[in-house]
Amino acid sequence: MAHDHHDHDHDHDHDHDHDHGQDPPSDMTLRVKALQSLLVEKGLVDPAALDAIIDTYEHKVGPRNGARVVARAWSDPAYLGRLRTDATAAIAEIGYGGRQGEHMVAVENTPDVHNLVVCTLCSCYPWSVLGLPPVWYKSSPYRSRAVIDPRGVMAEFGLKVADDVEVRVWDSTAEIRYLVIPERPAGTEGWSEELLAELVSRDSMIGVALARSPEAAA
Amino acid sequence: MNGVHDMGGMHGLGPIAPDPHEPLFHERWEASALALTLAAGAWGRWTLDKSRHARELIPGPDYLRMTYYEKWITALEGLMVDGGLVTAEEIASGSPAPGSVMADPPLKAEGVAPAMARGGPTDRPVATAPKFAVGDAVRTRNINPTGHTRLPRYARGRAGVITHAHGAHVFPDANAHGLGEQPQPLYQVRIEAAELWGPDADRRSAVYLDLWEDYLERA
Repeated sequence: MAHDHHDHDHDHDHDHDHDHGQDPPSDMTLRVKALQSLLVEKGLVDPAALDAIIDTYEHKVGPRNGARVVARAWSDPAYLGRLRTDATAAIAEIGYGGRQGEHMVAVENTPDVHNLVVCTLCSCYPWSVLGLPPVWYKSSPYRSRAVIDPRGVMAEFGLKVADDVEVRVWDSTAEIRYLVIPERPAGTEGWSEELLAELVSRDSMIGVALARSPEAAA
Repeated sequence: MNGVHDMGGMHGLGPIAPDPHEPLFHERWEASALALTLAAGAWGRWTLDKSRHARELIPGPDYLRMTYYEKWITALEGLMVDGGLVTAEEIASGSPAPGSVMADPPLKAEGVAPAMARGGPTDRPVATAPKFAVGDAVRTRNINPTGHTRLPRYARGRAGVITHAHGAHVFPDANAHGLGEQPQPLYQVRIEAAELWGPDADRRSAVYLDLWEDYLERA
């Protein structure tokens, strides 16, 4: 790292009058900036491609994708059937697929079964339908405890799963990515797919939450 | 390898503390770390399995301290040096070595959407028939390789049932080490919580893992 060998004047650091909101750039900011400029200068990466990648995950791929899949599964029994048989193909029908969603499996919550997704070994996550994973999903506390104490983990999110409901934890150890289909909330009969999708949070498709009720969403 | 990354079943790593107002990127360098990793990967000098292993090789105390994208950048620097794209001296100095030739990046802006849509499927046709079928009782092997593996420690030497056959997939234990894809059958295996965690475990809970044939024997 470039900053490792700098002579550090600690007094100078402490005398510096910090203006909130204008903190000096962090070590990581400097390190990544240095790496990026090196790679651009060597022609190894195209700056416009970097922008396009960031734009993809900031504006195009995110949990609204998964919410549309869930809403269609709730609305269309034939679609749900296809999702059960070949989730990758069914999700591709709506236009989603590719990176970190190449091989999809949908797991359905029912009155008797609740599903929870984790990756204990790294942070595998269905990017194509949920976007980039939140920090907690990638964190050691979640990765370590989801398999040994799923009910306790869900309780930390405020989700109490009844003792007589079976909990299935999906540890994403291969390239298969899991999407939880939460239960359709009561009182949503006749709702359009667009309205239903509004009830489907990212967390409900990981399994640490339920879909929002119409009252909670109002 | 039995590294700290293999943390399933551990206690004491703290509260989960989800942040309901978490931004997609906390600082711009995180977005850059993501983009650089994906764009540099387009050179094809390393596989997804090798990049996962590179993150596992970060020394345990550092691995636990680092944020996700800090691990990515640390691994990326090592992969790029190993892959012959940059030298350690260039990373340290931040400047191309004197006389280095400007390359032509394989991933251009117009190629990003197609590359993301293509992804990297890992299913492969194989000639041999799968050893196990749905409903078969299996036991995971007790293996402790020093290299990359996707059989977590908590699930070794445990009895389970095959619940789905995924066809053959690239075998990470080989592919991470430059030994080729060596595809083999991949199965979804259900292991009861009591089998994993003992008689005090939740009776109405099970863990499903996707496990390659080499990880399994007939029970």
